[in-house]
Amino acid sequence: MTTTPTASKPDLRTGSGRLALLVAEREITTRLRSKSFLISTGILLLLVLGGIIFGSITAANSDDTRVAVTDSALLADVDGVEAVAVDDLAEAEALVRDGEVDAAVVADESSPVGLRVIADSNPPLGLINLLSVTPPVELLDPDAIPGGLAYLVAFGFGIVFFTAAMTFGPTIAQSVVEEKQTRVVEILLAAVPTRVLFTGKVIGTSVLAFGQIALIAAMAIIGLTVTGQDDLLVGLGAPVVWFVVFFIVGFVLLASLFAATGAMVSRLEDMGATTTPVTMLVMLPYFLVIFLNDNPLVVAIMSYVPFSAPVAMPLRLFLGTAEWWEPVLSLGILAVTTVALIALGVRIYENSLLRLGARVSWREAIAR
Amino acid sequence: MLEIRNLDKRYGTRQVLDDVSFDVHPARMTGFVGGNGAGKTTTMRIILGVLGADGGTVSLDGSVLGPEGRRRFGYMPEERGLYPKMKLQEQLVYLARLHGLSSATATANARGLIERLGLGERADEPIEKLSLGNQQRAQIAAALVHDPEVLVLDEPFSGLDPMAVETVVGVLSERAASGIPVLFSSHQLDIVERLCDDLVIIADGRIRVAGSRVALREQHSTLRYELLTSADTAWLRDQPGIDVVEFDGDYALFDATDEAAVQAVLHEATSRGAVLSFARQHPSLAQIFKEVVQ
Repeated sequence: MTTTPTASKPDLRTGSGRLALLVAEREITTRLRSKSFLISTGILLLLVLGGIIFGSITAANSDDTRVAVTDSALLADVDGVEAVAVDDLAEAEALVRDGEVDAAVVADESSPVGLRVIADSNPPLGLINLLSVTPPVELLDPDAIPGGLAYLVAFGFGIVFFTAAMTFGPTIAQSVVEEKQTRVVEILLAAVPTRVLFTGKVIGTSVLAFGQIALIAAMAIIGLTVTGQDDLLVGLGAPVVWFVVFFIVGFVLLASLFAATGAMVSRLEDMGATTTPVTMLVMLPYFLVIFLNDNPLVVAIMSYVPFSAPVAMPLRLFLGTAEWWEPVLSLGILAVTTVALIALGVRIYENSLLRLGARVSWREAIAR
Repeated sequence: MLEIRNLDKRYGTRQVLDDVSFDVHPARMTGFVGGNGAGKTTTMRIILGVLGADGGTVSLDGSVLGPEGRRRFGYMPEERGLYPKMKLQEQLVYLARLHGLSSATATANARGLIERLGLGERADEPIEKLSLGNQQRAQIAAALVHDPEVLVLDEPFSGLDPMAVETVVGVLSERAASGIPVLFSSHQLDIVERLCDDLVIIADGRIRVAGSRVALREQHSTLRYELLTSADTAWLRDQPGIDVVEFDGDYALFDATDEAAVQAVLHEATSRGAVLSFARQHPSLAQIFKEVVQ
């Protein structure tokens, strides 16, 4: 018997802040010990690294097109082509068939340019471009971002936010349901006020999400720099900073909604029934931004809608279509929405947490 | 002293608790008895602040309880459960820290309780790997690990094997003896009868009886006596003021109308032979319960 009721004098002023951190700490350590979490994070990091290395290899391989020529003078003033001298047409065709060279260029009196290109199964468009005569092109807005890159950036921001939301959103909902399903929640509530428990779980999950995203971002930046592709990072600086700020607020919003809707059911099997509306709120704006990123009006609207702002506003900043005050306003809207929805989330959580058994109806969950 | 005053609770139109008041005294075990749905669990949840009341107060040593004060309570809910994948000791330490203990004190307390409850070799096993009986002990440990100043236990003995019941009875008596109020509910009236100093009986959300077990028994006792002699006891039937309840040769159970009639019987019995046993019969808790609830 080492414990007597008066032996320890615990600090009763223990603030709710410290308690919330204690809850958050358990949330984090439990997750960090789960094999499935570590494995999925590992796979994600490998995918990012693999993508960068793949990109670097393709870039390295794409420098010069190998072309067989019967007369090296034919390609004398063409850049980006490595000429392989051959004796005759037959040898050139043989090299093309073997894949030794990408194409062959031979003299042809009947062609208007005096040349004929021989390739295996597809016309070598790059080479044809190099050999073609093109009229001069004047760009009126040479600084604008090409559509392809805009799509890539939209996709990048979108996939990061979407992945985090879809990985960690259900995680927090699941953790809430587990506490109900295992009935441990009543002991917790006897020790800690409901909103402290709620706050702790949201903080814990958010820290995990930020940590994973930061790890991926660090991996990407280091990878791109090491493989010499860091020119891709230029111009992304400010939008990325804004993205991080929006991400933090936006993620807390989603985590709160997932936690609240998770509390409405008592079994993991029923979780989908109440969390689906939140999942929709994540997916719809994501797809809108991804697929309609070439429609300035849609992107402008989405950059103010709280659920899509974390993706759409940084995209507009990258494209240079947003005034300086726009992200500030949008962030304000997002923050106010987040505070309001956290309050709603806490209420749903408080109303639902001790109702074991059947799913709690929305009306009961929201009622005062 | 834990004072429960005028608790009211309604679910829709159903009145679950109606003006519930009673005291839980320090250094005493208070048994909380009632049928299913009588309001025991609701009352305990309100005491712990897990559930809100529609009216009434819960106060400890004269001051109304808030979340801070309740953190010094030890609670074992009717719905058992701990984190299934968390290790036993780690889990107890976490719960103790949630109650405001420092990491070092929490660890020391957890170790002590684990040893005391005979779970020493299971300290680093996840709860889900423990046998049901051991999970029950772990649950008791979870209620005690932060050295609570008040204990509220909802059906602490349900599902325990006789060995575990003895261990838990021992631990709870120790806690009560150290000077804290202990409130526990149970269906097992024999355990309550053996264990509790005070008794609270609730039915349909209303307190029917609250007070010390001894006084309660006195109050519900009749002048019923048991007599065992070396001779036949058939003569009892003709004694004035005596009503024989049971009779079997040298044994008889009888009700008396007053003390004088009892003394007359004893006098008569000794004159007729050796009196082997002469004792007043007290009603069992089960009998009192039945009587009070009806």
